[in-house]
Amino acid sequence: MATSSSDSPALLDIAEVSKSFGSVEVLRSVSLKVAKGEVVTVIGPSGSGKTTLLRCVNFLESYDSGSIRIDGREVGFRDGGARQRRSEHDLAAMRAETGMVFQSFNLFPHLTAAGNIMLGLTKVRGKSKSEARAIAEHWLGRVGLAHKADSLPAELSGGQQQRVGIARAVAMEPKILLLDEITSALDPELVGEVLAVVRSLAEDGMTMVMVTHEMAFARDASSRIVFMADGGVSAVGPPKEVLAAETTNERLRSFLARFRASQF
Amino acid sequence: MLGQIAYALPFLAEGFALTLWVSLLVVVLSLIAGVILGVGLVYGPAPLRWAVRIFSDTIRGIPILVLIFFVYYGLPAVGVHLQSFWAAVLALTLFKTAQVVEYLRGAVASIPKGQSEAAMAIGLTFRQRLAYVIFPQAFRRFLPPWINGVTDAVKGSALVSLLGITDLMQAINQVIGRTYEAMPLYILGALLYFAVNYALSYASRRLEQRFTFIRE
Repeated sequence: MATSSSDSPALLDIAEVSKSFGSVEVLRSVSLKVAKGEVVTVIGPSGSGKTTLLRCVNFLESYDSGSIRIDGREVGFRDGGARQRRSEHDLAAMRAETGMVFQSFNLFPHLTAAGNIMLGLTKVRGKSKSEARAIAEHWLGRVGLAHKADSLPAELSGGQQQRVGIARAVAMEPKILLLDEITSALDPELVGEVLAVVRSLAEDGMTMVMVTHEMAFARDASSRIVFMADGGVSAVGPPKEVLAAETTNERLRSFLARFRASQF
Repeated sequence: MLGQIAYALPFLAEGFALTLWVSLLVVVLSLIAGVILGVGLVYGPAPLRWAVRIFSDTIRGIPILVLIFFVYYGLPAVGVHLQSFWAAVLALTLFKTAQVVEYLRGAVASIPKGQSEAAMAIGLTFRQRLAYVIFPQAFRRFLPPWINGVTDAVKGSALVSLLGITDLMQAINQVIGRTYEAMPLYILGALLYFAVNYALSYASRRLEQRFTFIRE
């Protein structure tokens, strides 16, 4: 697992990205490089722009200036400088290179667990039904749900649904996996099973950017932690540095203090 | 009495067939046009959305009878001459299309935004998202009001008799004109309309049950 971004070329290169919703600046010149195999967790108070940043990486949100590159290719705009939005077809192809797992799971309720995973494989990757089924079963096995392949989402618990959500994303073999507060909608006792899956993917070398409130997980599983505040990157570094109690960063210190106070 | 009605049965059957034919045309044409315009209303650029909104609100605000007369008697003033049959089909189709647009908009709007986003995230194109994610889920919500609309179309087709087209309603009126047997003939007509619409409602309920995958 790579632990620093300086020695290898960045797989994900976010450079001076800014974005406003009306008069509210949600991202202020955010820059962040993520190397292949890195697990970067993004923490920060709500409204700090974490989720917006993540959604810009696969262009679910557009951004006003700056650039986001994956493997050297600009995500939402055509290569060559001019800020021209990619065609629908190109955008779809670019998005297929990133996987995303959502806070509210967003499984397709009319498809089975296997069907959820197979949709992208057959329609985007052009695999045959039987190939796609085999891949779906492989990944359902990886997340401990081999026996639920033919269950509908409504028949699964929240934790199980989210594990299918993860399997759906990784089955596409994305270059990078984006995880957006994936345990926030889960009952506390279901959080562990989902984080265990993320951890095993990290051990396999999957590159991940994860927005989370699970500080213990961020501390133990990430290569680096990014602390965002007011739409900007306020602190970034290995967990030990960022989570150090003696930090001089006021925003970070008060965020961590509030977090520690809520623990018992 | 029965003899006279029996004598008229082939004539009534022809009228009934025409009623079914008009209904079928209107239902199919309005479904196609309504789904296309409905997608335009939900996903199209602003000018298209406005155009569809104006079309739908205008048509739905006009009594269908006025619409039928407007198409048949009004359009020739601007050089469009339609046979009474096609004028009736056009008017009814316009009316139904405006309804289908609204049913589609409502059904699609009921699908959470996260569904589109999840579909985007795995790399589906706009058309694929509609075909494999949005429409299959919207279908169940679209179906009940749409079937209601279809039964309305079958009943509403009786209005074409006012343009002198010999549908079931017109055939019945003509036979009554000859036989003065109003009561049994209107009952016969009512039963035929009812039979068609009951069959449609029944089919709709069966379809809905088959597409129940979301627990509510």
